[in-house]
Amino acid sequence: MIKLLKNFNKKEWLMVLVIFILIYMQVWLDLKMPDYMSKITVLVQTEGSKMSDILLNGGYMLLCAFGSLVLAIIVGYIISRLSANFSMKVRRKLFNKVEDLSIGEIKSFSTSSLITRTTNDITQIEMLIGMGLQLLLKAPITAVWAITKILNKSWQWSTITALAVVILLSVIAILTAIVIPKFKIVQRLIDKINGVTRESLNGIRVVRAFNAENYSENKFEEVNNKLTKQQLFNQKTFAIMSPIMYLVLHTLTLAIYFIGAHLIKEALMVDKLVLFGDMVVFSSYAMQVIMSFLMLAMIFMMIPRASISAKRINEVLDTENSIKDGTIDKDLNELKGVVEFKNVSFKYPDAEEYVIENISFKANKGETVAFIGSTGSGKSTLINLVPRFYDVTEGEILIDGINIKEYKQEYLNNKIGYVPQKAVMFNGTVKENVSYGKSSKEKTNETIEKAIEVAQAKDFVLKMDDKYDSHIASGGTNISGGQKQRLAIARAIARNPEIYIFDDSFSALDYKTDSVLRRELKKYTKDATSLIVAQRIGTIMNADKILVLDNGKCVGMGTHKELLKTCDVYKEIALSQFGKEELDHE
Amino acid sequence: MNNENKTPKKHHGPNRPVEKAKDFKGSIKRLVSELKSFKVLIVVSLILAILGAILSILAPDKLSDLTDSISKGLVVDTKNLEELTKITTENLQSDKTKQRVNEIINLKETTYNNVTITENDKLVLLETLNNLSQNKMKIKIPDSISKVIFDEIIIDNTKISSSDQVEFLKIISTLKKDAKPEEIYSKIDEMPESVRKVVEPFMDMKEIKNIAIFLITLYLLSALFTFIQSLAMTDVANKFARKLRSRISKKINKLPLKYFDKHQSGDILSRVTNDVDTIAQTMNHSLATLVSSVTLFIGTIIMMFVTNYIMAITAIVSSLIGFIFMGKVLSKSQKYFVLRQKHLGDLNGHIEEVYSGLNVVKVYNGKEEANKKFDELNKNLCLANRKSQFLSGLMMPMMGFIGNLGYVAVCIVGALLVMNDHITFGVIVAFITYVRLFTSPLSQIAQALNTLQSTAAASERVFEFLDEEELEDETHIKTYLNKDEVEGNIEFDNVTFTYDGNEAPTIKGFSAKALKGQKIAIVGPTGAGKTTMVNLLMKFYNINSGDIKIDGISTKELTRENIHELFTMVLQDTWVFEGTIKENIIYNRENVSDEKVKEVCKTVGLDHFIRTLPNGYNSNIKENDSISAGQRQLLTIARGMIEDAPFLILDEATSNVDTRTEELVQKAMDKLTEGRTSFIIAHRLSTIKNADLILVMKDGNIIEQGNHNELLDKNGFYAELYNSQFEL
Repeated sequence: MIKLLKNFNKKEWLMVLVIFILIYMQVWLDLKMPDYMSKITVLVQTEGSKMSDILLNGGYMLLCAFGSLVLAIIVGYIISRLSANFSMKVRRKLFNKVEDLSIGEIKSFSTSSLITRTTNDITQIEMLIGMGLQLLLKAPITAVWAITKILNKSWQWSTITALAVVILLSVIAILTAIVIPKFKIVQRLIDKINGVTRESLNGIRVVRAFNAENYSENKFEEVNNKLTKQQLFNQKTFAIMSPIMYLVLHTLTLAIYFIGAHLIKEALMVDKLVLFGDMVVFSSYAMQVIMSFLMLAMIFMMIPRASISAKRINEVLDTENSIKDGTIDKDLNELKGVVEFKNVSFKYPDAEEYVIENISFKANKGETVAFIGSTGSGKSTLINLVPRFYDVTEGEILIDGINIKEYKQEYLNNKIGYVPQKAVMFNGTVKENVSYGKSSKEKTNETIEKAIEVAQAKDFVLKMDDKYDSHIASGGTNISGGQKQRLAIARAIARNPEIYIFDDSFSALDYKTDSVLRRELKKYTKDATSLIVAQRIGTIMNADKILVLDNGKCVGMGTHKELLKTCDVYKEIALSQFGKEELDHE
Repeated sequence: MNNENKTPKKHHGPNRPVEKAKDFKGSIKRLVSELKSFKVLIVVSLILAILGAILSILAPDKLSDLTDSISKGLVVDTKNLEELTKITTENLQSDKTKQRVNEIINLKETTYNNVTITENDKLVLLETLNNLSQNKMKIKIPDSISKVIFDEIIIDNTKISSSDQVEFLKIISTLKKDAKPEEIYSKIDEMPESVRKVVEPFMDMKEIKNIAIFLITLYLLSALFTFIQSLAMTDVANKFARKLRSRISKKINKLPLKYFDKHQSGDILSRVTNDVDTIAQTMNHSLATLVSSVTLFIGTIIMMFVTNYIMAITAIVSSLIGFIFMGKVLSKSQKYFVLRQKHLGDLNGHIEEVYSGLNVVKVYNGKEEANKKFDELNKNLCLANRKSQFLSGLMMPMMGFIGNLGYVAVCIVGALLVMNDHITFGVIVAFITYVRLFTSPLSQIAQALNTLQSTAAASERVFEFLDEEELEDETHIKTYLNKDEVEGNIEFDNVTFTYDGNEAPTIKGFSAKALKGQKIAIVGPTGAGKTTMVNLLMKFYNINSGDIKIDGISTKELTRENIHELFTMVLQDTWVFEGTIKENIIYNRENVSDEKVKEVCKTVGLDHFIRTLPNGYNSNIKENDSISAGQRQLLTIARGMIEDAPFLILDEATSNVDTRTEELVQKAMDKLTEGRTSFIIAHRLSTIKNADLILVMKDGNIIEQGNHNELLDKNGFYAELYNSQFEL
């Protein structure tokens, strides 16, 4: 938490100081009021007081109240500025940080966790600053000041007030100690009830097909009962808090009066009236003391939550970015679209096993290199090394003869047209999605439309209501998987890159669209180099070079025909997809 | 299925704004009627809330009595003081006293009534007499004489001796006529005890004690009532929530599948958790608060008017001024809260989009674009944040100010009235509390009404779900097909089916026959209606026209449950639930032995893998665990094998696995299809080459049918589809 507060700049610290001073003044005014109250009390009580005196003191008191209100408004204004600006700043910082993290680091945090950190966690902090800062400054000032004001009045009164504070704080402490750990259980049970329901919903057809309705309902009931029981326990335990609080507050006032009665009785005639005034004042100060202690207790309940959030934010901010940017931002030679892997190995940090091991190959300008292998063989990881989602552990990757680590990332990216496994769509129009990002060349309407045509997306785009300006929902939820994939491919084509990377990007297309698309693409991008990961042999069998991966190792390299003869793994894959006759037929 | 029609996701995060119900009254009415089974507890808790409120109104009244009793102990008993002054001064000038003085002065002996009196004493007395005759209040009487000069007097059962009277006279004589009360009070402190006893204020400690005991009892009772009341409400709220949740869970299984095509599972989930939670939480707080606040509010007004109407009007008017002002601020801040929620949603959407597509953002150099949009949205949020926070932060200080304003108004008006002897000081004290009691329920009522809004919105959503049309009732269906006696023939007769909301039918005039033990494959491009066929076969949807017959019996005459018994179904999405591997395989079948599970797993080639896991068959399956997609698929196939039904449906059951694993699965499935009439839907044509009958679907129709070789020879759509996988 404190670490996060270092993000305050000088101006903001100055604001905190101003707030402190203003709150100090506000408390002064707040505590001045009971003085006037007591004066008014005495005046009212004493025979022969002048009405003008009462009006004067009443006016002073109202003046104090109004001054306090004005100060509170100013403080509120400054604090709302402070907390909103602070959260804006930290959020931006976090967002930029996440953008710079490598894909590996992002995976280790998990995307959804990063999203909550950027949104909910920051909102938590904002709330603590917005509400807590004021309380944090005000409560101790009020408490100390109010205590000094009443300390000399009577030890009996002071003792009873201290007793009330102790009772209240211990009740809160005990209840919190009992219930807070249970809150975590409730959270888990809510997650579980979500999980069980999600299961039933996702598997609804299975549930029905197996006539398993009762089975899932019973499972739900079990969690439901547990949750209800735990909730009842928590809430019933907490239900005692507010009655006790009020009981203590009321009893304290009563006790102060009761003790006051005795003190007055014992006092000399001349002291009686003063004592009576003191009594009224004391009871109001005592409330202030108790309230400020309650405020403090509230902050102590808020702080743990916010500090967890702060920790989660700092975790991200403190992550050292493992990908360092290079310096080269112009072509140093005549080469274009040449990709070379030299003994490349990669393992995740802290992992023991290599994901890919000792891979070497070279793709020349205009060539297509394909990668095939079973799930988990490392083919996706391999091509994700080219745009530096991860950096190689050993060996090096050269593009146009230069190690990719030496390129400025923006420049390197401009050479690449990347289509991920899972097509990414942004909230915006078709055109905006296809022309996404910055590339070396300006993207004109023609290039965009041409790209859409080559990607076999023209037909369905033209069928949409607003053609190229049709709206695509975030994540592409309003178009089908195949359509998403085609738009994602169009996006790559529109960049006109030297190197295409297709990470299993044809899987949602039916065979026919798949083959037409690849044919058109080849025509349109004669000079570009393509790296393709695929599951289907059909997609890659005409590639210039096929690398067969098995457990991260290259077990065969060559053309389709060569591999059928030399590589057992390849043959197995091919056989499983085509059967013997077709292969012979080829 | 019909992916094209999905609506964009709704956001139902924890930060959503206070939703307003479409029909506030209707929802609340419905909520109340649903709560009928908790009637007793609710009535009890409401009564307790009212009682508690009444007690807290009574308390200030008693407190004012207490203050009155205490303040009685502040004022000098002027009546006694005057009486005493009168008696003593009269005594001083009375004949009896003069006679006594004469006697003393003319005394020959040294004793008078057994008191020794010296010559000097006599001289002093003479001087005093001299002074008095010259109207000088300079009284000096020697001790010896003062003892005897007056008779004892008795006031309020207290004897005041002669010397005390003289002492009193001496002190009184030092006061000027227009002496201030404080001067009189300080003189009283010097007076002899017997006089003080008579003159000093009398504080009835017994009465004070009684009031204190009464008040303590009141506070205790009030706390007890509040406690019992919140226990009762907690009970009601949570048990009601439990009931709602389980009703939703049961409802899920009663809804037709078409419901789930149109509604996102996230939406239903949010009803189970968020909405039900909102109902429980807000009901727990708002209902009791509302009742007790209204009671408190009305009660306070009544009590104020009963006590003193001028003070009552003062208190109400001064608070109302504040509240009108506050209402304005509140309504304005509400606007910014909605705005803030909207901006927050926009920003969250953008963050989600960028984070989940970060690989694309990076490679396409889209950071600048993303940052620009982020900064804009972030700025918007910041501005809305500032305003909403500032305005909502005004609440507390303004409440405080209103309280103080009320206080001063009450004190001033009260003081005026006290001076005119209209009221006692205790009334002011009582009103100070009334002002506080009066202002707090008003804001609580406003708050409770606000939360009640979200209760209404949430319950509207929950009840809307519970009221959805259910699957048609099938209790009238008596026909039953025993799965052990089924032959295994299925006939599609001119089946037509249209999804709700679609114009064009997904299946048009589909006819086909599957004979006992045959392997039927359905192929075709995405959207051709393959999966829909399966859905119709399982009676997940009702067909619009035509008929599907199992062994000659129309599925319309069979219950869904009966049909499901007859089919084993393995789907594309490998559905496993949290639980052990064994639980996942056995699922809801009863009396399945461990041996049987093992046997099945051996058949599908899972046994070895399962035994390598730390807990074998009792290992837990969690999301993203070490179990791969292929292994999950095998697991669902094993689950299907345990079911052992006469018909089998494999809907893209191998699309999740790589081709080598697929072979394994293929082998397992071939075992599964042995002797069963099976329907296989597949993307990969290699999977279905050996099918007895291949149905080629396009746009809801069968355009070709026959076996693999026949279809290739036809050189039609199937051949085109098949050959396209070899092209580049």
